[in-house]
Amino acid sequence: MNFISILTFVLTGAVTAGTPLLFATLGEIITEKVGQLNLGVEGMMLMGAVIGFSAALSTGNPAVGVLAGMIAGSCGALIFAFLTITLRANQIVSGLSLTIFGTGFSSFVGQKMAGQSLPESVRNSFIPVKIPLLGDVPVLGDALFNQNILVYSGYVIAILLAIYLLKTRIGLNLRTVGENPGSADTAGINVSLYKYVHILLGGALCGIGGAYMSLVTVPSWQDGVTGGRGWIAVALVIFVTWNPYKAMLGAYFFGALSILGLYLQSYLPIPQSIFDMLPYLATIIVLIVISLKKSKENRPPKALGEPYFREER
Amino acid sequence: MFRVVKRTDLTKKQSVSFRLIAILGALLTTGIFIWFLGFNPLQIYISMLDGSFGSMYRFKEAIIQTIPLVVTSLGISVAFRMKFWNIGAEGQIIMGAFAASYFALYWSNLPIGVLLPLMFAASVVAGGIWALIPAFFKAQFGTNETLFTLMMNYIAQKLIIYIQYGLWKDPKALGAGKIAMFTDNAALPEVFGIHIGWIITILLVVLMYIFINRTKRGYEIQVIGESENTARYAGMNVKKIILTSMLLSGALCGIVGMFQVSGVNHTLSYQVANGVGFTAIITTWLAGLSAPVIVIVCFLFAVLQQGGTFIQTAFSIHASVAQLVQGMILFFVLGSEFFIQYKLVLNNKADSIIKKEAV
Repeated sequence: MNFISILTFVLTGAVTAGTPLLFATLGEIITEKVGQLNLGVEGMMLMGAVIGFSAALSTGNPAVGVLAGMIAGSCGALIFAFLTITLRANQIVSGLSLTIFGTGFSSFVGQKMAGQSLPESVRNSFIPVKIPLLGDVPVLGDALFNQNILVYSGYVIAILLAIYLLKTRIGLNLRTVGENPGSADTAGINVSLYKYVHILLGGALCGIGGAYMSLVTVPSWQDGVTGGRGWIAVALVIFVTWNPYKAMLGAYFFGALSILGLYLQSYLPIPQSIFDMLPYLATIIVLIVISLKKSKENRPPKALGEPYFREER
Repeated sequence: MFRVVKRTDLTKKQSVSFRLIAILGALLTTGIFIWFLGFNPLQIYISMLDGSFGSMYRFKEAIIQTIPLVVTSLGISVAFRMKFWNIGAEGQIIMGAFAASYFALYWSNLPIGVLLPLMFAASVVAGGIWALIPAFFKAQFGTNETLFTLMMNYIAQKLIIYIQYGLWKDPKALGAGKIAMFTDNAALPEVFGIHIGWIITILLVVLMYIFINRTKRGYEIQVIGESENTARYAGMNVKKIILTSMLLSGALCGIVGMFQVSGVNHTLSYQVANGVGFTAIITTWLAGLSAPVIVIVCFLFAVLQQGGTFIQTAFSIHASVAQLVQGMILFFVLGSEFFIQYKLVLNNKADSIIKKEAV
C-alpha cells in the first residue's frame, strides 16, 4: 500500500469508529451544558444498543432500530432526571447507578439474542453511500463522504446542535441554566423543564451511539458491546471543551487513535494498550490546562453537578 | 398544588423503615420486569439467597466478596467526607495489586513473614500515589477531581493489560496473556477458611470509626466537607488536609488490591478490581459514609453478587440479574432520600404551617 491509500484507510476508519463516540459526546455536552453531570452515558448507550438491536431484529427495519435505541436512551435519562431534579438526589451517584443498571439491563435483556445476526435488510441499509462530487475528492472525500447514513446524520446533528446551543434564544437560556440557575429562575426561565428536556435529548443521542455499535459496528449481539465508549465520551466532552464542532474533531481523533494502534502494531514496537491509554492521558492534560488557564470560554459550566433547589437558595 | 417542606421530625426508626420500603419496592419492580421477560422472579430471588446462605462454602464466598467492598468503601468515605469525589478507587485498587504483585513475583525467595508485609506496604504506597496525583492538581489548581480520578482508572487498567500481555507474560502459559501464579509464601494465610484480610478489615472499620469521630484530623475532614471557607477561616491548612486524606483514601483502596491478588486470585490480571471501585462508591453513599453501616450494606451487596453468580451456574440465567437488582435498589433508595429529608404538603396546609411557625 502506498501512503495515500494508508491515509485514506486510517481516516475512513477514524470517522467510522468515531461516530458512536460523537453521538454520545454530543448527548453529554447538552446534558452538561444544562448543568447536570450524568455519568450514566455508558448505561444509556448499552440500553440503546440492546433495545435498538432487538427492535431491528424483530422488525427487520433499521429505522425502527435506531428510533428504539433513542427511546431506550431517553428512558434511562428520564430515570436520572427524575432522581436528580425532582427527587434532588446526588448526580454522581445517580449517574453511576444508571450505568450499573444499564449494564445489567443490556446483559439480561440481550442474553436470549447472544450471537444472533441482523437480517440482510438491516445490514444493507448501513453500507457506505458515496455523495456525488464531494465523495470524489481524494483522501478526504473517501473518508468523509463515502460513509453510511448514520455518519452523515452525525455531521448534521453536530452542526444543528452547535447552532442551537450557541446561536438561538433557547440555547442562551439553557446555557444560563447551566451557569447560574438562580438568575435563570429569576429571569422567568423554567429551570426544571429546561433540565428535563435536555437531559432526555442527551439520553436519546447516547442511545443512538449505542445503537450504532450494535447495528453497524458489530451487527450481531455481543454482551457489553459498547466496550467503555460511554466513559471515553465523558472524557471527550472535556477534551473538546463543551463545543459541538470540536466534538466532531475530537471524536474522529479518538477514533483514529484506535485505528492507528491496530495498524501501527505491525510496524512499531508500541503495543495496542499504550495507544488505548492516549485518549485518557490527553483528557487529563486538557483538564489540567483548563484549570490552569481559567479562561471563560473553555471552562466547565459553572453550576455543573450542583443541585438547584429554589427553596434553598 | 404541593409544596416541598423540609422535614425535621423524622426519627431514626422511621428513616430506616423508609429505606426498607424502598428496597422492597425495588425488589418488587425488578420482579415484575423479570416476570415480564419470562422468568419466575420468586424462584430467582430464593435461588440468589440460596447462593449465599445455602452452604458454608457459599457463605464464605459471600464474605470473600464483602471484604474488598468494605475496605474500598472505607477509603472512598474519607474522600467523600471532604466532598472530594474520588471515583478512581478502581484504578487505586489496580495499582495496589500491581505493586504487591511485583514483590510476589520478583522477590518470591523472601520468607513469608517478610514478603507479605512488604507486599502490603507496596500496595499502600502505590494506591496512595495513584490518588495523590489528582489530589495534588485539585489542591493546587482546582482541577476537576471527578473526571481526573475517572481517567486514572483507565490508565491503570491499560497499564496492566500491557504488562499482562507483554512484560510479565508467563512464558509457560503457551502464548496466552497470563501472569504466573504466585508462590505459596506470597499467599495470605487463612483463618476459618477465609484469608486473613477479614481480620484486617474489621480492624480497619474500627480504626476508621475512631479516626473520623474521635480525632482532630477526622473533625477537620468533616469541616472541609461542610464548607472549605469555614475550614480556612478556622486556620486549617486545607491543601495539606486534602492531600493527606486522599493519600489515606488511595492507600486503603491499594490494600484491597493486595488482598485480591494475595488472598483470592494468587496472580495479577487487569480485571483484578472487577468493578469493586464503582460498586463501592454506591455502597459508601448508601451507608451514609458511616463505617459500621458500610459493613452491613457491603454484605448485602456481596450477597446479591454471589447470588447472581450462583444462579448463572445453576439455572444459566445471566448473572447480570444481580446488577439489575442493584441498580434498581439504588434508584429507589436514592429516591427515598427525598422523602426522608422533605415532605410534600398541600399548598393551603403549607401556608398554615408557615403561619403557625411565624406565631
